Amino acid sequence: MRRTARDAEATARKVTRRALFLGGAQAAFIAVLGARMRYMQVEEADKYRLLAEENRINMRLIPPARGLILDRSGRVIAGNQQNYRVVITREETGDVEAVLARLAEVIPLTPEMLERTRKEMDRRSAFVPIVVADWLRWDDLAAVAVNAPALPGVNPEVGLSRRYPLVGDFAHVVGYVGPVSDADLAELEDPDPLLQIPKFQIGKIGVERWMEADLRGRSGTRRIEVNSVGRVMRELDRQDGVAGADVRLTIDADVQNFVQARLGEESAAAVVMDVTNGDLIAVASAPSFDPNLFVRGISQADYSALTENDHRPLANKSVQGAYPPGSTFKMVTALAALEAGAVTEKTAVHCPGFLEFGGRRFHCWKHGGHGTVSLEGALKGSCDVYFYDIAQRAGIDRIAEMGRRLGLGVRHDLPMSAISEGVMPDKAWKRDRHKAEWRIGDTINASIGQGYVLASPLQLAVMTARIASGNAVSPRLVHAIGDREVPVGDIPPLGIAPQHLRAVQEAMFAVMNAQGGTAWTSRIADETMLFAGKTGTSQVRNISAAERASGVISNEQLPWNRRDHALFVGYAPASAPRYAVSVVVEHGGGGSAVAAPIARDAILRALSDGLPPLSAYPANQRTTIETQQKNMKLRKPEPAAAQSSRA
Amino acid sequence: MSFLEYQIKTVPGGIRKILYLNWGLVLVLVAVASMGFLMLYSVAGGSLQPWAEPQMKRFAAGLVLMFAIAMVPIWFIRNMAGLAYGISVLLLLAVEFFGEVGMGAQRWIDIGPLRLQPSELMKITLVMMLAAYYDWLDTRKTSRPLWVLIPVALIAVPAALVLIQPNLGTALMLLMGGAAVMFAAGVSLWYFGAVAALGAGAIASVFTLRGTPWQFLHDYQYRRIDTFLDPTTDPLGAGYNIIQAQIALGSGGWSGKGFMQGTQSRLNFLPEKHTDFIFTTLAEEFGFIGAFSLLLLYGLIIFFCLASAMQSKDRFSQLLLIGIGCTFFFYLAVNLSMVMGMAPVVGVPLPFLSYGGSVMLVLMVAFGVVQSAHVHRPR
Repeated sequence: MRRTARDAEATARKVTRRALFLGGAQAAFIAVLGARMRYMQVEEADKYRLLAEENRINMRLIPPARGLILDRSGRVIAGNQQNYRVVITREETGDVEAVLARLAEVIPLTPEMLERTRKEMDRRSAFVPIVVADWLRWDDLAAVAVNAPALPGVNPEVGLSRRYPLVGDFAHVVGYVGPVSDADLAELEDPDPLLQIPKFQIGKIGVERWMEADLRGRSGTRRIEVNSVGRVMRELDRQDGVAGADVRLTIDADVQNFVQARLGEESAAAVVMDVTNGDLIAVASAPSFDPNLFVRGISQADYSALTENDHRPLANKSVQGAYPPGSTFKMVTALAALEAGAVTEKTAVHCPGFLEFGGRRFHCWKHGGHGTVSLEGALKGSCDVYFYDIAQRAGIDRIAEMGRRLGLGVRHDLPMSAISEGVMPDKAWKRDRHKAEWRIGDTINASIGQGYVLASPLQLAVMTARIASGNAVSPRLVHAIGDREVPVGDIPPLGIAPQHLRAVQEAMFAVMNAQGGTAWTSRIADETMLFAGKTGTSQVRNISAAERASGVISNEQLPWNRRDHALFVGYAPASAPRYAVSVVVEHGGGGSAVAAPIARDAILRALSDGLPPLSAYPANQRTTIETQQKNMKLRKPEPAAAQSSRA
Repeated sequence: MSFLEYQIKTVPGGIRKILYLNWGLVLVLVAVASMGFLMLYSVAGGSLQPWAEPQMKRFAAGLVLMFAIAMVPIWFIRNMAGLAYGISVLLLLAVEFFGEVGMGAQRWIDIGPLRLQPSELMKITLVMMLAAYYDWLDTRKTSRPLWVLIPVALIAVPAALVLIQPNLGTALMLLMGGAAVMFAAGVSLWYFGAVAALGAGAIASVFTLRGTPWQFLHDYQYRRIDTFLDPTTDPLGAGYNIIQAQIALGSGGWSGKGFMQGTQSRLNFLPEKHTDFIFTTLAEEFGFIGAFSLLLLYGLIIFFCLASAMQSKDRFSQLLLIGIGCTFFFYLAVNLSMVMGMAPVVGVPLPFLSYGGSVMLVLMVAFGVVQSAHVHRPR
């Protein structure tokens, strides 16, 4: 059937007519919408503005209680404390200056506090409450409440603030919280409205920062009825937020306190680790500082004192320090050579006190040399020449591969700030980093943990734990989040031949338990807790030929910052390894004299329930140890039950 | 046989099509979408995340899609209308059985990265189907009962599927969009009169059957109607949204409180502030000037659609453009009436401002079709 042109035209006219009708109806409705808009926004604007400003039903955020940080047995490392403060809300206040002047008569306000309040008010929206004064006494808060009618827009508040009862013991591991800053806001891309609350505390470094998401919790809201000056009349309903989850660490607060006290004012770090599951029992760095100073905003004087101290109290040396591991690295060289088949446990090397290579003399620390030594003798006497020799047979790439397998040059992921990766150099690394070819001299230096090799105390503890257990244990800091236990990951075996591991373990045992071992004086006498380990003394300067000829200057004669680092790594009990320990004392001198005794005390403290028993020490040292223990500034022991400091 | 075929030779081809795009419409769309980005940035507390940036990406993708569809000849789109309609109905059936449930309603389906709401897609494909139907139908049969029943069925099937999801707002929009096309096609006014009478009866029965086992609506839908009629009866419950939205809107005044200064939205008084209620933030922060400007831009978009319809010579393009223009109008009319307290709260987003992927993409597809009709109109 064909349509006629007339039909088509009639239809088109009809469509046009109806489309125009639809368009007209729509235009009319849009006009109605516009009129309604005008009515609400122009004619009734004042009514609604009043409603908005004095919103009868007001919504306030309730900051959640921050999760506690606990030690492995539930002792509070970071808790919450009530903080009385006074806030002012500009849009409810009217004449801000007059109200502030009246407030200053009621509670003590310094000119700086007033200045800060005014500045803060200019920067924030009118409806945001600004903290005028905090850490007030209860009396001050009551005074503000009594004078409420004269102080519109001023409200007393009780907030929660972070408190670190153990002061310096966990300053580095746990870090601290501080008021959220503009820089934080720009950096975080975190839309959580809580961050808009002035002085809201967020984690700045350490566990506080890296576990922020778990610790913070979710804000609650309360709807309150307010009167025309914005004073709260009654609470209509309340949805409590979700408190942050408690984070339980693997660290034992008592062991941590002991180790921290034992390091004293030295610039030093120590790590104690469970070799069976990687739990970090103590992660100490000295000197320490009081994290509570940062919570309220640290004063310039206090901050300068911390930054200008040459012992760098702010640095977390146990994870962010990178030190030449010195002779503690020799196990890596030995295992690399053994695994490569380049040497056996029996291979003997003659040490005349130096090794000549390419016209250069590489010295052994022992003038006159060790004579002919095999693996056990070389580790026990810490003979350098033996390792110069076997390192060349193994080659640097094999050594580096073994180092990485044992956890050196690898970043161990823990919720702590500035974790160092260290350096485990190989040929590719040097080409990449220094644009130069690897030299045999570099291998010789690396073989005794000098040259390019750098490791953190944490990495050294991991290395020791892996040698002691034969398994690739990884360090673990978080035991549980809320009620949820953090599972221990898979611990695969290292894949090193058992007889090679045994040879190195036996040599480490000889270092401490055989006459003539470098750490013989730091042995443990108790048969059930025998100690195995390795000392290290790493140079921080080059010894020139002239100096060597005139006799090497002893450490005591050098300025502090040019003295050798003292290192020690070890594990106990030797027969069934439980804990590994590493100690680095910056510019401390010799590893056997300075680092090994600290390591022994630390590991004995971890193995025993309280102070290390004197019976564990060799009989002739017990009086000295007893005095030393008496002089240690330990925290008073507290019951291990979790005390809630939540309000 | 339609008017399309003999006009083909007069239509631009190849790259010249770009010149014939309705660039004014493109400009207005970009302007409206940009207002949306600003508001999403503001309600997120001055952050591109979590809403503004994804929305920008979607709009950019939508623009590309629109230009691509604009290049497709309109007669090809007509021939595909039946297929598109069929797929949409199948998708609606699919969400009925496999869809995700959110906000007390079954609405979307996850297809890889895309979260598709077939009910949104249906709004456009239904209009396409009806336009194609009337293009095919002999105009003299338009008002014969049998030939009226077919489009009524075409509308009723998807509307019923959407209603049982349950999504009352979208179901109503499908009915109104379909009715608009039928109206424009010239169906006798008697039918519309009869339906209006039936509708009045239905509304009466909705209320009389309330509380009996035969009630039509869900309890939450009844409550929404109650609170619409008198929001102050329940200031903390369902009426809370409406009261707070009106306070936000009204307190904006003539020129608003300023960008990012809206106390209502920033203090979290507003529910759904990034989706259905985003207009209140705009009105609060930019006042009557901002809100009315948006209204004018919306009016301009509808004007462009209807003007293109007048310029088209073929029945399919005309009805399609009228249908799309009306559907777009219903979006904003329902949403704005709702936030201004002139209609009960039904979940209808504000086009291009509310955060959401499906609506944005579907609208861009629709405007791609509008552009195609504009480009391929005979000159």
